[in-house]
Amino acid sequence: MTELADLSDPLLQIRGLDKSFGGLHAVDNVSFDVMPGTIKAVIGPNGAGKTTLFNMIAGFLPPDSGKVHFRDILLTGMQPFQVAQEGFLRTFQNLKLSSHLSVLNNVLLGYHTRSSAGFFSGMLSLKRSRMEERRAVETVMPILEWLNLDNKCDIEVGNLSFGNQRAVELARALAADPAMLLLDEPASGLNMHETEDLAERIQEICSQGRTVLLVEHDMSLVMDISHEIVVLNFGKKIAEGTPSEIQKNDDVIRIYLGGDDA
Amino acid sequence: MKRYSPLLILAGTVIVIQLLTLITGKAFLLTQLTMSAYYVLVAAGLCMVMGYAGQISLGQAGFFAIGGYTTAFLTTIDFSGKTATAVYKILDSMGLLISKENLYGDTVIHISPWISLLAAVIIAAGTAYFLGVPVLRLKGHYLAMATMGFGIIIYRIVLGTPFLGEADGITNVPEFIIFPGVNVSGDFTSRVGNYYIAWLLVIVGMFLLLNLINSRVGRALRSLHGSEDAADSMGVDTARYKVNVFVIGAVFAAVAGFFMTHYNGGIGPSEAGVAKSVRYVAIVAVGGMANLWGSLVMGLVLNFLSLRGVFGHFDDAVFGVILVLMMMFMPEGFIRKSVFNDLKTVILRLLKKEPEKFKQGAEIND
Ligand SMILES: Nc1ncnc2c1ncn2[C@@H]1O[C@H](COP(=O)(O)OP(=O)(O)OP(=O)(O)O)[C@@H](O)[C@H]1O
Ligand SMILES: [Mg+2]
Repeated sequence: MTELADLSDPLLQIRGLDKSFGGLHAVDNVSFDVMPGTIKAVIGPNGAGKTTLFNMIAGFLPPDSGKVHFRDILLTGMQPFQVAQEGFLRTFQNLKLSSHLSVLNNVLLGYHTRSSAGFFSGMLSLKRSRMEERRAVETVMPILEWLNLDNKCDIEVGNLSFGNQRAVELARALAADPAMLLLDEPASGLNMHETEDLAERIQEICSQGRTVLLVEHDMSLVMDISHEIVVLNFGKKIAEGTPSEIQKNDDVIRIYLGGDDA
Repeated sequence: MKRYSPLLILAGTVIVIQLLTLITGKAFLLTQLTMSAYYVLVAAGLCMVMGYAGQISLGQAGFFAIGGYTTAFLTTIDFSGKTATAVYKILDSMGLLISKENLYGDTVIHISPWISLLAAVIIAAGTAYFLGVPVLRLKGHYLAMATMGFGIIIYRIVLGTPFLGEADGITNVPEFIIFPGVNVSGDFTSRVGNYYIAWLLVIVGMFLLLNLINSRVGRALRSLHGSEDAADSMGVDTARYKVNVFVIGAVFAAVAGFFMTHYNGGIGPSEAGVAKSVRYVAIVAVGGMANLWGSLVMGLVLNFLSLRGVFGHFDDAVFGVILVLMMMFMPEGFIRKSVFNDLKTVILRLLKKEPEKFKQGAEIND
């Protein structure tokens, strides 16, 4: 897998991202690449700046400095919706779902960028708009089946178990047919069985040709599925490499095992 | 066409009510039923903005007034003494002037209300756009206060502007001839016709909004109500969508104001008052928030009772109390969606129709 990564240009290039909140340097000059078709993980203790980093990549937070390129597109400075329109989709650490809408409608929202009916064709219910809607349902159904949500289509998302809500978020992102997925702690709140399922699914997503960047606390999950890992501590990148390299890295061992992270 | 059966039921109900007033000799009630229809139109538009897209507006009476005052002002300009002006000649050559005799036998020439309808829609939409772009960045009670501020400005403008009649408003607004024989006016003889015009407008409005709710755009609007970040992250230009739906709500209110003004033959500043805006919000809230049919039913019932004078001196207070109680005890609204779902199920069973295969994603009441 890593050979493949070496052959091509990076899909995502992060250069010198920096963010401070008041006196707190949440993300400190972080740079790394993500190769197409790989799974890369960002790990680090609580408060290391992982979510802040993701928010800057996806346009939810403007960086103080630094740039993010996706292919040759500059993502920095874009609005979140524009980032999504480039085929760059994210999920959230704290779920963000429309809890009063059905599972199907939540997932169909993911199809938004692949369809185009506007206010007028919607109000007049033009044939084009209805055909598009039908195609959207046909497209997302296999995704719902794949995530075992197909029998829950009509349930309000707010009434689902936490694990299923996480699955809905993933389904929603996949409905956009993303080239790249940003997953912020996709396993948090899941039980062991669900986490194993998730690991398989992320690998399958990757084998479909999608690139995955994820933040995760579950070390065994990260070590199992990632091709490469970046370690953040107090906003700084302290290590980057393959899972086996990271497992041998002294700084990383000190942070995770030594408990002495001053 | 199952999805339009509720609209057919509405149309049937409209006809039945008219026949009932005829049979019982209470045709005078049609006046209040007609006016209620126009208020329902405002509430339906607000329901889309507030109930579905989650953007509260306490300025809908302002948009209603923009529609009403625009046409009242434009159609009461008398061109009979100005036949030499360029404006007159241009309008005349385009056939946009209407000439008629007034009560005293003098000739009065005014512009066609079609022009003022266009103007009302454009002004309301433009105002909503330029107000919406900055204001819809606000949330919750900040947005409520900002839109209320807009409503107060409109109210003070109509109250303080001499050519808008100040406290008296504008009277002697001519009838709106939709086509020969079909007029929007308070003329006693066209009472039945006006009742149908008003409710036809409601049916058309409901048709447009129901379609919108069930469309791609409608889903995006309902999603951003639930979580703006979610909609954003899925590629929805939430800022633009919020402004667009706000403009739609404003146009609904302005069109209602336009028709009401021709129906009543005039408009006064009370239509622009904050109390009226509170009324619309109360109706949408008590109707179940994200429930277009609830807004319609409550809009009809409450406005009808109010116009019949049932609430007496407490007219505005009643709506205020409703709003306060709703917010305190039932922020999700009074009429539960489930009521309508149950009703739908019963009707469908009676009609013995199978649900469409792909209907799930595109239903309002999910
Ligand atoms: N909007 C904000 N304003 C102020 N401080 C913030 C803000 N967002 C994050 N922080 C701080 O920045 C630091 C990094 O937070 P971040 O959420 O990125 O960490 P994380 O690595 O995702 O942690 P976790 O593993 O708990 O999710 C934390 O100290 C946090 O308190
Ligand atoms: Mg985090």
